[in-house]
Amino acid sequence: MTPTALSHGLMACPHCGLVQEPAEHCPRCRSRLHHRKPDSLTRSWALLLAAAISYIPANLLPVMITSSLTGTERDTIMSGVIYFWTSGSEGLAALIFTVSILIPLLKLGSLSFLAVSIHLRSERSVHQRAKLFRIVELVGRWSMLDVFVVALMVGLVQFSNLAIIEAGPGAAMFGGVVVLTMLAAHSFDPRLIWDSSERQDV
Amino acid sequence: MSERPNPPPPSIHPPRRGRISLVWLVPVIAALIGLGLVAQTYLDRGPTIEISFLTAKGIEPGKTQVRFRDVEIGQVQAVHIAKDRTGVVATVELHKDARDFASSDSRYWVVRPRLAGAGISGLETVLSGAYIGVDGGRSGQTQKEFQGLEEPPVVASDVPGHRYRLLAEDIGSLDIGSPVYYRRIPVGHVERYALEPDGRHIALGIFIKAPYDRYVTPDSRFWHASGVDLRVDANGLKVETQALATILMGGIAFETPELVTAPDHLTTAEDAHQFPLAASHADALKSPDGAPAILVVRFRQSIRGLTVGAPVDFRGVEIGQVRSLGITFDAAAQEYVAPVVLEVYPERLSTMDPQHAMPQGPDHREVLAGLVKHGLRAQLKTGSLLTGQKFVSLDFHPEAPPARFDSSLNPPELPTVPGDLEELQKQVQDILAKLSRLPLDELAGDMHRTLVALEGSLKRMETLEAHADKEVLPEIRDGLRDMRQTVQQLQATMAPDAPLQQDSRAALQNLSAVARSLKTLSDTLDKQPESLLRGKSGEK
Repeated sequence: MTPTALSHGLMACPHCGLVQEPAEHCPRCRSRLHHRKPDSLTRSWALLLAAAISYIPANLLPVMITSSLTGTERDTIMSGVIYFWTSGSEGLAALIFTVSILIPLLKLGSLSFLAVSIHLRSERSVHQRAKLFRIVELVGRWSMLDVFVVALMVGLVQFSNLAIIEAGPGAAMFGGVVVLTMLAAHSFDPRLIWDSSERQDV
Repeated sequence: MSERPNPPPPSIHPPRRGRISLVWLVPVIAALIGLGLVAQTYLDRGPTIEISFLTAKGIEPGKTQVRFRDVEIGQVQAVHIAKDRTGVVATVELHKDARDFASSDSRYWVVRPRLAGAGISGLETVLSGAYIGVDGGRSGQTQKEFQGLEEPPVVASDVPGHRYRLLAEDIGSLDIGSPVYYRRIPVGHVERYALEPDGRHIALGIFIKAPYDRYVTPDSRFWHASGVDLRVDANGLKVETQALATILMGGIAFETPELVTAPDHLTTAEDAHQFPLAASHADALKSPDGAPAILVVRFRQSIRGLTVGAPVDFRGVEIGQVRSLGITFDAAAQEYVAPVVLEVYPERLSTMDPQHAMPQGPDHREVLAGLVKHGLRAQLKTGSLLTGQKFVSLDFHPEAPPARFDSSLNPPELPTVPGDLEELQKQVQDILAKLSRLPLDELAGDMHRTLVALEGSLKRMETLEAHADKEVLPEIRDGLRDMRQTVQQLQATMAPDAPLQQDSRAALQNLSAVARSLKTLSDTLDKQPESLLRGKSGEK
């Protein structure tokens, strides 16, 4: 239906955007050319799986270890959310919950959904899926908020005897989840969403 | 564009089928890391134990730590109420390297600020919050449920030493943690106390730490070292105290009498050896008493001044004490008697020669019967004239009237002789009786007559006196006055300015003038004897 580069026997350089005859390297910027990102779905799946696996310890292990005069506290993300909720800061609790728990989860879910729909060669709501992918790519980086907060606190609160904040293993795992989902979104080729609807016509 | 050479023919890579993409390594690594972390966390977890306490005061789930020598070895995960609602159960997760603390003889207690006799403890927990202290056990058996102590243990279980049991009549001011002294060095503590099932004694558990525990031998004597021991004896006033702290909070001291063997050869008492706890040092050093023999004495006199606990004395040696007093009506004698029950320790009488030890039981009644035959009697004596305190004295009174000793009575009754005060009373009565026998009336009549006669003489004497007053005295007075006048006149006559004196002086001068004239005359006559006749020639 709609003409694509592929259907005209052309290739687009992913780096400089030059549309050209199929070749191994871009004549302008010398980068490698592909019709579609190679192994896009496989890579996305692998990274998604890795993110999903990392998500479990990220939520079970402590993110922040606070040692003060009154003792040592080990906080996981969820215990922090519960703490803020019970201590009256419902807004903050909701924010942390959304950014740190809900969004990574939704990202994992959305990317999986997109990948599955490509495998099934689904033609339904193609536009919405394309939109969903763009949202996922846009929102992904904000999930690092938690990691940044922990990093800041660790840097600031170092009063040798009174209080020390240390990053727990959960923080590393959580950072891993965010990076992996971003990589998964990056390796996902959104053109594949459209391909399935095009192929019907060919 | 035109100069550009024809592009090389595109190399079309066939899709690599059958080869697993390297990208799958990423989830594998993630899984390994994740599993590793989770596994590490779970492997680091030590045993979970449950400790029951009476209250959960100061215990906060997720915060309260379990510490051994101030090192964190675990954390309270949850606190819930015991099923039977008699207390609370704290679920504690121990660290992996603190697994040994789940051993069945470990003791757990809550460290919070505490004010005890030995001082204030756990003050640091005011700021940091309470924590659970632990005294690690050494038995290999692990246990999941522990009964927490309400008071921290006085001595940690890994301190070397011995534990002994003391039997006391009363606890005094002792408490858990009270010190035990050996030659005034604090060497141990009271760990616990409990009333014996018989309700008459208190069993104290004490701990003597090494190396002092080797001075505890089976012969050691323990006594209450509480307070001040004030004594007045033949050497004067004696005040004895242990360390100042014991005056306030009590303590126990011990001593091993007759320490003749070298310290290396001491036989240290076994663990859990039982010792009696004496009330004072003096009591502790007394030779041990056997079972007391109970005797009854009946006094037919006032027992005022005799108290329960008053000594029973045999020739000055205290051999027992008064256990109870009373008064009953003796129908046979138609009078009130005071039965006094005595506790006598026969062993105190025969320590010198064990062969002649007072036999126990019914045998000693036979001996007693023999002694009574020889005149053994009880007597009430006054110990102190100042306070009127009395004691019971046993002694031989051969002159006492023979008394019957009924050995079948239980307790046996010892005959009495009147007390010394009673005897004194009797003597006074005797004297009074003798006095009453005197012919007092006649004596009085005689006396009266004598007195009347005496009165007459006195009266006569009085008249005589009055007479003397009236007649003799004025005469004497006049005589004296005359005499004084005479003397005065004499004095006036003899005075230097008296006329008599002057006259006599003038007379004497005249006389000397006469003498001079006479001399001149005689001289003239001597030279001119003729002048007597012719007159002086010169005048011629």
